[in-house]
Amino acid sequence: MSHTFQLDGANIGFEPGQTVMQAALAAGHYIPHLCYHPEFKPHGSCKLCTVKVNGRTLASCTMPAEAGLEVESNTDELNALRRTLVQMLFAEGNHFCPSCEKSGNCVLQALGYDLEVHSTGFRHQYPDRPVDASHPEVLLDFNRCILCELCVHASAEVDGKHVFALAGRGIEKHLIVNAESGQLADTHFSVNDKAMAVCPVGVILRKEVGFSQPIGMRRYDARPISAQALEDAPRVPAGDSHE
Amino acid sequence: MSDSSTNLETAAHPENLRRVAIDPVSRVEGHGKVTLLLDDDNRIHQVRLHIVEFRGFEKFIQGRPYWEAPVMVQRLCGICPVSHHLAASKAMDMIVGATLTPTAEKVRRLMHYGQILQSHALHFFHLSSPDLLFGFDSDVAKRNIVGVAAQYPEIAKQGVLLRKFGQEVIRVTAGKRVHGTGAIPGGMNKNVSLEERDYLLKDADQMIAWSRDAVGIIRQAFEQNLPLYNAFGSFDAHTLGLIRADGAMDLYHGGLRARDKQGNTLFDHYDYGHYWDVIFEDVKPWSYMKFPFLRSLGPEEGWYRVGPLTRVTQCDFIPTPLAEAERRVFVAFDDGRPARSTLGFHWARMIEMLHSAEMIRELLLDPDLQGTDLVSLGERQERGVGVIEAPRGTLIHHYKVDEHDQIVRCNLIVSTTHNNQSMNESIRRVAMQHLDGHQLTEGLLNHIEVAIRAFDPCLSCATHALGKMPLEVELLAADGARLDVLTRNMDGVSCPSD
Repeated sequence: MSHTFQLDGANIGFEPGQTVMQAALAAGHYIPHLCYHPEFKPHGSCKLCTVKVNGRTLASCTMPAEAGLEVESNTDELNALRRTLVQMLFAEGNHFCPSCEKSGNCVLQALGYDLEVHSTGFRHQYPDRPVDASHPEVLLDFNRCILCELCVHASAEVDGKHVFALAGRGIEKHLIVNAESGQLADTHFSVNDKAMAVCPVGVILRKEVGFSQPIGMRRYDARPISAQALEDAPRVPAGDSHE
Repeated sequence: MSDSSTNLETAAHPENLRRVAIDPVSRVEGHGKVTLLLDDDNRIHQVRLHIVEFRGFEKFIQGRPYWEAPVMVQRLCGICPVSHHLAASKAMDMIVGATLTPTAEKVRRLMHYGQILQSHALHFFHLSSPDLLFGFDSDVAKRNIVGVAAQYPEIAKQGVLLRKFGQEVIRVTAGKRVHGTGAIPGGMNKNVSLEERDYLLKDADQMIAWSRDAVGIIRQAFEQNLPLYNAFGSFDAHTLGLIRADGAMDLYHGGLRARDKQGNTLFDHYDYGHYWDVIFEDVKPWSYMKFPFLRSLGPEEGWYRVGPLTRVTQCDFIPTPLAEAERRVFVAFDDGRPARSTLGFHWARMIEMLHSAEMIRELLLDPDLQGTDLVSLGERQERGVGVIEAPRGTLIHHYKVDEHDQIVRCNLIVSTTHNNQSMNESIRRVAMQHLDGHQLTEGLLNHIEVAIRAFDPCLSCATHALGKMPLEVELLAADGARLDVLTRNMDGVSCPSD
């Protein structure tokens, strides 16, 4: 392969059109990430995948791979920043892992463990967020939303339904349901929708099946997310994402 | 002293009395305190155990999906989470209209007996054995589990390994030793594999043998201190607990049986799905914890006792041979006096630990544990009640769920709440027996602790820290001025006036 760049001192080959993230995962190198999903156009919002490229901090999920780049990722400095970002996400929402049915399958929780987030770091904001249980088969627990937008993209780009959207700005930004009532029951949402499957945390939940997966059988029980992500990669060939 | 000591609940003229407070007495995930009112001759006129019950769970579980409850509510406790997990699961079984499959029920039972075993072992060996082996007012420096380990290393080792075994049973059935997820509405999320069964089975006989030895330890303690032990906080109480249809002890399921102080049956095999028709909760202005009572007897007379002492004396028989033999010894011993004593809790508790060890072996040999039919569902219900005999006594979980699957109402009556008045009675007895007319000493403080501790009221914070509750006793003048203070913390006992 003629195209290569350096990631933490290792040579990483890439295909033209790949991002630094795609090339790294395909080559067996993990860069922590949260809102990146291989089936959707990356939008660089969570900043967990931030790397230093030739001295500049950039989101590796949106940075096109280029020959000769010198990329730093697994450094104390960057991991400390990532740890802080995860702490802020935990403080901003209501994430009660002990009673959350997504525990063991949650990307945010798995990142917390992998990045060694041992304390909350920030005062919890305890926002007053609703639970939408109106749909007969699906429960929405907005307490855990991290605004990754994956459900917004999945519903719009794959399901063609535009069920979800983000409203408000800044600290007031929040996930909404596109219905006059604001209730999921008044949309065409289905448990078979792509949006049902992409939520990295415990917001979009199938009803009545919580905790049916025994401890030990959950996605991140056997291995940390850094190892699991590499086992899963490469998930789709470069250039096959939903643009 | 009269048979009833409830006249010590409220002094006739408190304005003329000195107030002594033991504050805090650590208890269920929080704090409580004991207050005493004394006259100038140190005669006791009032004794109250005030308990600050943390009941926030009943509020913040509202709006949560019903399948979340069995996992969420177990965070009430780090010692008996399995009990809350299973009581909530039983309530949710009613919500989803389930009749459990044999595999699901037996795996749950196995989890529950593992819980009883580990909790009873923790309480007896780690928390109470220092009092029982060394004496209530023995050298405080030695009166702890470290002291037990130094002088009785084999007993200490057995206590640690018994608890570990119970925790392993929980891990196998719930996925984690503490705060697992095994039970779900309508059943279980896993069975017990042959490998897991064999892992536990290899130690089962040893656990039975050690549990039998533990019964011997407390029986011997009674034999060696008979007058003290029989009289210590001794009183008759009405009793309440679950009972199997044939009258056998059953800690997982059954109907409610209640008896009066004389042993007459008040109701039997009562469907706990309507517990509110026979039990009501009273409120008193001086305690945050409610006082449940039997409706038929009223709030003044209807208080009752739950837990090991009740269960062992109230059942017709225990359905495992070694525990049944020990039950017969216990109820007949010295004309049944230990069964009235607060310290009888310890003896009954160890009989239950033996029963649990026997039940674990019996269940492990049952091939239904390897079944794959784990969940059943039926016609959806609006209301669910789950009752279980937790290590400390009857535990009631009651939920109402709306059409959107959200919990709209929750009522929990935990074992320690049932025993609220009984614990008050017990410390009043002990105060009259051992404090009345005396000056405060560390040994005196420990007598109160011994009485409270016998109920094992889930004093998870400080009590479980090597058996030393942080206590502070203040002696106040009528005008509120502090005359004397006796403090005990992890550094020992101090008294500035010494």
